Amino acid sequence: MAETSAPSGAATHSPAGAPAEAVTKRDFLKLTTTAFAVVGVGALAWPFISSLAPGGDVLALASTDVDLAPIAEGQAVTVMWRGKPVFVRHRTAAEIEAAREVQLSALKDPATDEARVQQAPWLVVVGICTHLGCVPLGQRPTDARGDFGGWFCPCHGSHYDTSGRIRRGPAPTNLEVPGYTFTSDSAIRIG
Amino acid sequence: MAIGLHDSSFKNPVVRWVDQRLPVFTMIQKEYGTFPTPRNFNYFWNFGALAMINLMIMIATGVFLAMHYTAHVDHAFESVERIMRDVNYGWLIRYAHMNGAHLFFAVVFIHIWRGMYYGSYKAPRELLWILGVVIFLLMMATAFMGYVLPWGQMSFWGATVITNLFSAIPLIGPEIVTYLWGGFSVDNPTLNRFFSLHFLLPFVITGVVFLHVAALHITGSNNPLGIEPKGPQDTLPFHPYYTAKDSVGIVVYLAVFAFLVFFMPNYLGHADNYIPANPLVTPAHIVPEWYFLPFYAILRAVPDKLGGVILMFGAIAVLFVLPWLDTSKVRSMRFRPIARIAFLLWTVNFMVLTWVGAKPAEGHYVLIAQIGTMIYFAYFLVVLPALGRLERPLPLPESIARAVLGPKAQLGGGPVPGGATAQPMEKA
Amino acid sequence: MRIVKALAVALSLSFASPVLAAEAPPPPDARFGFAGLFGTFDRGALQRGFQVYKEVCSACHSMRLLSYRNLIDIGLTDEQVRAIAAEYMITDGPNEDGEMFERPGRLSDRFRRPFPNEQAARVANNGAYPVDLSVITKARAGGANYIHALLTGYVDPPAGVEVMPGMNYNAWFPGHQIAMPNVLNPGQLEFADGTEATVEQMSRDVTTFLAWAAEPEMERRRQMGVKVLIFLAILGGLVYATKRKVWADVKH
Repeated sequence: MAETSAPSGAATHSPAGAPAEAVTKRDFLKLTTTAFAVVGVGALAWPFISSLAPGGDVLALASTDVDLAPIAEGQAVTVMWRGKPVFVRHRTAAEIEAAREVQLSALKDPATDEARVQQAPWLVVVGICTHLGCVPLGQRPTDARGDFGGWFCPCHGSHYDTSGRIRRGPAPTNLEVPGYTFTSDSAIRIG
Repeated sequence: MAIGLHDSSFKNPVVRWVDQRLPVFTMIQKEYGTFPTPRNFNYFWNFGALAMINLMIMIATGVFLAMHYTAHVDHAFESVERIMRDVNYGWLIRYAHMNGAHLFFAVVFIHIWRGMYYGSYKAPRELLWILGVVIFLLMMATAFMGYVLPWGQMSFWGATVITNLFSAIPLIGPEIVTYLWGGFSVDNPTLNRFFSLHFLLPFVITGVVFLHVAALHITGSNNPLGIEPKGPQDTLPFHPYYTAKDSVGIVVYLAVFAFLVFFMPNYLGHADNYIPANPLVTPAHIVPEWYFLPFYAILRAVPDKLGGVILMFGAIAVLFVLPWLDTSKVRSMRFRPIARIAFLLWTVNFMVLTWVGAKPAEGHYVLIAQIGTMIYFAYFLVVLPALGRLERPLPLPESIARAVLGPKAQLGGGPVPGGATAQPMEKA
Repeated sequence: MRIVKALAVALSLSFASPVLAAEAPPPPDARFGFAGLFGTFDRGALQRGFQVYKEVCSACHSMRLLSYRNLIDIGLTDEQVRAIAAEYMITDGPNEDGEMFERPGRLSDRFRRPFPNEQAARVANNGAYPVDLSVITKARAGGANYIHALLTGYVDPPAGVEVMPGMNYNAWFPGHQIAMPNVLNPGQLEFADGTEATVEQMSRDVTTFLAWAAEPEMERRRQMGVKVLIFLAILGGLVYATKRKVWADVKH
């Protein structure tokens, strides 16, 4: 901006026949001043942009504790974490086996089941379809779980397996695994 | 001009393409580039540009505040404090908005004062002046409703007192107040509509400002001598002369603004507004923001509810007819020895009203407010109309150029530098 | 003129409020380190002040706008603050059974309130409501100086002044009769850093803490202000020089 506006302004308004030296000096001064002003306006924009980012109170709510003890094998719970649903599923041996015997080459977004869980029975994924953000079905026993026994997104027909990996449909990637830690044998803290 | 493409003088192909179809560049060039402006402005002529910058700052900060604010009586106070504490740079945006309101009034007061001193309201600029008074009224409404939004004690009681002014209207007053409130006291419906209107009005102001500037560019600016430019030797192109001069004022203004925001952000505010609104307890002193104080003093000077309200609104209404109350043909007070003294006394009186408006309405303060009110109105209704007939003004200079450059100046030549005045002639 | 005067007298009588008569003089300048244009909060004073709030004030006064996480700003470590938060049982819920339950506090929790609501606070305090202290130094004319003056202002009432039952005499409270009793006594607590707990010391420290609580952005604000003003000073010089150059060839 400084490069374009200042010289053109100067060119239009330099008095005809003024000494060339004076013109250069004024141009340099104008250029510096304009550059300074532009930097100032740019710096002014930052607080406004920054104010759009999550505030301190939002960031402080970034972790959620989940008690795993009441979740029986084959059941799943949905908890809220950062305003999003997180699926916690207590997988059966058959589901674990199904997740582990898949060839990586058969996967759209290759990842081993071992890499997606910390303890084999417990699968924790963000319950947001990676296609366009719907919440997939499959948490309740009566839900359709899709062709691979995991989750099925009703919006555009994405099928997820028992490791939360995308197997068929438009979603590009696997269900996201949030950062979490086991705070005891039967409790996790997400975030 | 024939229907078809605008005859653009711009060389840059993209600029030219746009300009032929929508001549915004030609317009900017004409209104802010080559626009012939009297060459003798003093720094008082900065304040229009400052007001414009201030309006932009208020709208920018306001829009971002609205993203975080909650207009509900249970959450408003807390959401403002959340902005101050948890939103990134929220304190900066909020303090800028808060102090920006104070500065906006300071700038506009000086802008109005300049118009009154140099007779900028006189023919042919009456409509320009009236549009300015409309802006001032809209600003007062906007500021009042904005002050309610943090829902502190002063917010609540200010809203209660000011809306109750309308109850002075005979017969339908109480009904009107109920409609203003959306209930039987200032409460959640009131807060919600005030938020809506506080968001809307600045854009209405922007619209009227556009008309104000459009009218200005028809008549051209007044100047400290109050005589019209007679030719190119009396004017300079707006750019770079007045863009440069306005920039100096803008930086000084920003420095004052920054000092307030960063070092004494609550100095102009009132401590009671950090106490959440409580409909059961009125603070010991209800004092409006300083920019309302002169009018508040006039309101309280009259020991009659309706009378006080009428006089307070009359104090602003009289500005609408000022162009016709002042019967003198001479604009600038520089050439009106008596009116000049009268106006400076009026100015001091306005400050006294500001001061007394903050004092409790008792004892000799009431007397001072009453005398101040009389002086305020006497200036407009008696002194100005009379002086137009009685006063003998000083001789006016022949032209701006002659006053600035001295008697040696000749029309269209002499010591007037070619570059400075060639522009308007070439492009006009 | 006589009519005007009569009106003035009538008005002054009708408007004369009892509060005006009872006003206290402006509090003396306590010369706090955070006062002035470039002052900062002393971290030691902030931590001692929090201790005073925690052990004395918080029995009655809430600070509902503050969260435990904010205490990291006064120089405590993450672990220390987590431990402080965990000392409080916070009501949460409802759980799956539809019941509210209590759990140890977390960083994200607001300071626990001593009373669940205003009515409960009034019942426990003889009908008086202990105000929330979150923004108290911003909410009182005189600010921190007033708070410090008030806390150290419990003196014997002057002769002839009768203190109403349940009230206490304070030199700096508007009206002088305050429901809050004197709560600061020499040596009533032991500061973690070994500072002697005089009334003056405790009052200064807790006032510093309250001033921080009301304006936690103050230090950052002032630092940024210095930078902005330096920038504007340079820009101002440049703009003024440019203006002089532009106008150099024009007599005006």
